[in-house]
Amino acid sequence: MLRSPSTPSHLDNEESIVAAAQAGDADAFIGLLNLYSRRVYRVALNMTGNHHDAEDVLQEASMNAYQAITGFQGKSRFYSWLVRIAINAALGKMRKRATWKESSLDEAKEGEDGSYLPLEIECWCDDPEKACLNVELHQILADVIQKLDPKSRAVFTLRDVEKFSTEETADVLGISTQLVKTRLFRARLNLRDQLTDYFRKDRRNAMQTSRR
Amino acid sequence: MRCRQVVDKISEYIDGELDPELVREVERHMEHCEDCRIVVDTTRKTVEIFCHTDPAPLPDDVLERLNRMFALQFRTGER
Repeated sequence: MLRSPSTPSHLDNEESIVAAAQAGDADAFIGLLNLYSRRVYRVALNMTGNHHDAEDVLQEASMNAYQAITGFQGKSRFYSWLVRIAINAALGKMRKRATWKESSLDEAKEGEDGSYLPLEIECWCDDPEKACLNVELHQILADVIQKLDPKSRAVFTLRDVEKFSTEETADVLGISTQLVKTRLFRARLNLRDQLTDYFRKDRRNAMQTSRR
Repeated sequence: MRCRQVVDKISEYIDGELDPELVREVERHMEHCEDCRIVVDTTRKTVEIFCHTDPAPLPDDVLERLNRMFALQFRTGER
């Protein structure tokens, strides 16, 4: 059912698909899952860091969305609404599994001092994406994003992976736009520091040499 | 403008959301500060690399299990 790429012809835009799903049309709901399950899975994978938990989050978020869809009022994009459910499911799972590490940077401290001093100041190789195999790059990005605290991970995922606006990210996460900016700033600089370990110029030479 | 101030504005600078006057100050600073040029360049690359890298695809078996879950849900007819 989910494999079908087509949506019933009378449901030719998202608004009408959502309305039909709200009225109990199973095909319409499946159509929505067809549209968004890949992106929800990507968000879940970024948040939880492993495929098993990402699948659980996808299933839980899809089921929660199905049960709550009559409450969707169309005030945001449907995907924003769905992603909010998915992030809540991911955060809930992380808390239960005790993988939630409360950062020392609680919100009050973040508000007071959102500064971050770069630790690594070294040029990167010219094309870091080609400096390693695709599989390696996936693993590197997955590893570094997991070292962010969960709240920053959520902001970075929405802003820089899902391309949500600052305002939409704030709305989804229920935080202020200023806090979105502060967390995004810190997440980007933290990731930059971590990635410098992989992509500094010297490192490229080492990787190229090892592949010969 | 000092290095610390440039770093504090880096996120808005690379997003093109900084006030034009501040953009000029940041760029004036970077003309003579290699460290800030490096930090700005590598922060921009950090954002680009996450943006350009295809995420791990949704595995077929995950999709099949989701499919089965909803097939069962629709058979029982509960919401």
